[in-house]
Amino acid sequence: MKITPDSPPTLTALDRPNSYIGRSVPRPNLHRLTQGRGLYVSDVALPRMAHVAFVRSPHAHARIKSIAADAAKNSPGVIAVVTGAELAKVMTPWVGVLTHLKGLKSAPQSPIAVNVACWQGEAVCAVVARSRAQAEDACELVEVSYEELPAVTDPETALDPKTPVIHASLGDNLCFERKLDVGSVDKAFAESDAVVETTFMFGRHTGVTTEPRAVVADWNEGERRMTVYHATQAPHMMQDLFAKHLSLAADQVRVLTKDVGGSFGIKVHTYADEMATVALSKLLRRPVKFVADRIESFVTDIHARDHRVKAKIGVKKDGTITAFEIDDLTGIGPYSVYPRTSGIEANQVVILTGGPYTCANYRAQARVVFTNKNVMCQYRAVGHPIAVAVTEGLVELAAAKIGMDPLELRRRNLIADDAYPCASAAGLKFEQLSHHEALAHLDAMMNYAGLRAEQKKLRGQGIYRGIGFASFIEVTNPSAAFYGVGGARISSQDGATVKLDSQGAVTVHSGVTEQGQGAESVLAQCVATSFGVSMDKVRVITGDTDNTPYGGGTWASRAAGIGGEAAWQAGKALRGNVLAVAGAMLQAKPEDLDIRNGVVVDKATDTERLSLEELARVAYFRPDTLAPGFQAELMATRHYVPRAWPFAFTNGIQASYLEVDTDTGFVKLLKHWCIEDCGTIINPQLVDEQIRGGVVQGIGAALFEQCLYDERGQMLNGNMADYLVPMAAEMPDITCGHVVSPTADSELGAKGAGEAGTAGAPACIMNAINDALRPLGAHPLTDMPFTPGKILRALGKV
Amino acid sequence: MSDHALDVSMTINGERVAERVEPRKTLVDFLRDDLGLTGSHVGCEHGVCGACTMRVDGAIVRGCLMLAVQCEGAQVETIEGLSDSGEIADLQAAFEARNALQCGYCTPGMIAAAQDLLKRAEETKSVPSRDDIREHLSGNYCRCTGYHAIVDAVEAVALARAGK
Repeated sequence: MKITPDSPPTLTALDRPNSYIGRSVPRPNLHRLTQGRGLYVSDVALPRMAHVAFVRSPHAHARIKSIAADAAKNSPGVIAVVTGAELAKVMTPWVGVLTHLKGLKSAPQSPIAVNVACWQGEAVCAVVARSRAQAEDACELVEVSYEELPAVTDPETALDPKTPVIHASLGDNLCFERKLDVGSVDKAFAESDAVVETTFMFGRHTGVTTEPRAVVADWNEGERRMTVYHATQAPHMMQDLFAKHLSLAADQVRVLTKDVGGSFGIKVHTYADEMATVALSKLLRRPVKFVADRIESFVTDIHARDHRVKAKIGVKKDGTITAFEIDDLTGIGPYSVYPRTSGIEANQVVILTGGPYTCANYRAQARVVFTNKNVMCQYRAVGHPIAVAVTEGLVELAAAKIGMDPLELRRRNLIADDAYPCASAAGLKFEQLSHHEALAHLDAMMNYAGLRAEQKKLRGQGIYRGIGFASFIEVTNPSAAFYGVGGARISSQDGATVKLDSQGAVTVHSGVTEQGQGAESVLAQCVATSFGVSMDKVRVITGDTDNTPYGGGTWASRAAGIGGEAAWQAGKALRGNVLAVAGAMLQAKPEDLDIRNGVVVDKATDTERLSLEELARVAYFRPDTLAPGFQAELMATRHYVPRAWPFAFTNGIQASYLEVDTDTGFVKLLKHWCIEDCGTIINPQLVDEQIRGGVVQGIGAALFEQCLYDERGQMLNGNMADYLVPMAAEMPDITCGHVVSPTADSELGAKGAGEAGTAGAPACIMNAINDALRPLGAHPLTDMPFTPGKILRALGKV
Repeated sequence: MSDHALDVSMTINGERVAERVEPRKTLVDFLRDDLGLTGSHVGCEHGVCGACTMRVDGAIVRGCLMLAVQCEGAQVETIEGLSDSGEIADLQAAFEARNALQCGYCTPGMIAAAQDLLKRAEETKSVPSRDDIREHLSGNYCRCTGYHAIVDAVEAVALARAGK
């Protein structure tokens, strides 16, 4: 391809002169990253900085009988060897529960295990030394005596009376349970012409961020202040948690987050080893750095998606879906992760399954159980890949059973585009979705009829290609309904402060963070447009709790929709303030003026009246020349939180075209399409790249990725040679298309776009593989990842 | 510093460097920790992810699979040097224009690997196909982009350098 430069559209969704809304402008912060001049936490080095390495439990479940540290303490470079009991004097434990997930329970978790280690990889002792290598050398010399305890590793038997209870104080291994029964499910199944029942399995997998988790904590005893350089998605949330568990006031903690080497939900949680690092800095009164190595990442970064879902669909001969029923079971490790809990993914599966369809009969049960494996929690598209694969897998199996085209069956059941506002069977409220328009767009874009003809022709030559679809809905722009109402100090609102400098340029301070998705570009586009300057006059500052408005950060596809709206409003407010100054200087009515391309103009005639530089000069250096009593206010702050809807749901549909080699079981991805409706598109290129990256992450789940554990709770493939991730050679080109249904909850109308790709891709791949193999009589594959071995077994070849 | 430390000298981005290093220290740790050249990134430390891809004596290597002491007398080129010389300016511009990076952590290694392919293509007066590009970059892991934009950017530069 050739790269064509962006040019302004003739009319934008938000029609301001020199609007950047709807334009694919390049991200202003990319130069430093392409030159290797970023500042990731792993790059941070401070005077007197020490490094920590952890001795980690080799057992899935073990009592710590004794720790002998003398040899380690005498090892070269060692500053301190600290056990869980010693660190408990500095930091209090935490419990990952939310009150709105009724009945969810968990046990207190400590930064370093005290008495009992509950999964292989849990830290049991910290060694702090002058270099990481020296700390690791000394870890080898720490002698820990363990009494191995029985490990709970199978979720299916975790609740059996004879299975040991991991935390005696909880009484059993049940973390959370959710049930839902809507409509007349039994009657609907009885009246169905066909019923399909199957079990879907989802492989436990993880984020594999390119930069592992990293933190540098710097306790300054002189200031009694903790500065934490932290690769996190939520600096204010972490400020609050560090302060709380160190028994400090929030203003004694500053969290700084500059460049983050990938997060995807991995870096929005409380990690024991990161908490320990912060506590060690307080204890040792000096900077301490922890960067997880890749093996540590595999056994301690949150895992996700280890779900077993028994599922059932009823359908009439005319294609009408009569009922959905699911029974979800998931094992989340020994603790519910703090502060978001590990009950959310199962809860999402319950509320999202069947969501795109009109079907009113729905029964669901989900049980979340404790196990002695690494913890699971929210990872990109939380619950969606499971709910979508279950729903769409059932839909295509039902279509095959009654002999109906899978797109046609969807057309007959997707909620009509003119039916909104409405609610799903599970009670989700939809403002405006566009399932049918998206489906029609996809049908045309992929030339569905042509592909079917090609597929048929090739089957005659012994080439087995498959086409699979997935309609989906996605939770974005969450209000306080997601976490706040459950008692978590996780902000759903976000703020932006915009200020004019002395040369007429603008700085934006925002509570959302840049994780590579382009948030800083989106914020700059919003402010440049609503205030009225070119983007090169806008500088964005994020990731500093001392210097940004309080906010939630980046998660649940909220940065553009919520942070962008706050920035948009702050830019407007500053424009009002600046025009008040201009009015005072020009003896004009502010409402007759505007700011366009960095110049104050007459709104009606576009005549240039005053440069921003001149306005700033007068306001800052010659305020004496302004009318008595007039005070220029050249900084404005606005906050925004969605109020009209608990979530801004988005929707879309994906398709995959692939070929299965029936001799080797290998899948070759030929092409992937995604139509998405994320409301107003602020930057089309950024939206498309979020979708493409998300799709590939979903493909990883469908074909490659799985954290394999043995029955004793040992992870078997905790390295990048054995845990497979998508690489360039195996991935397809991905074509994106859009439908635009803005939310009326904000002026911008933007919904989130960060997770749709990951939500739909696994279902698509599954359906395409089954479509390819159907003529061969293969048993439908529903156990992700779909490895060559599983495909050959389905074909009866091994 | 252990008793076993060795003296090593090499040329890094055109500068002569003489340091004393432990034999076990990898090249990428030496560059990052001892010299402050943090543009080369550490992702997996076992040669799989490609984040530490750099050039030694004209060939791309994994900085985590090579020891600093192996580089005695070598010419080492990192993203900092490749940027300053202007050799990859067009690739950098294409990556930025095409948003072929998100978090940017894989980017220095990705660009070094792409430049290796493009240099060879120029020598043979050929233009790599999209499949060639995907194959050549298949040792460089990117979690953010899904690779499509990276392939677009490299393809655009390949065509431009070939005058097409």
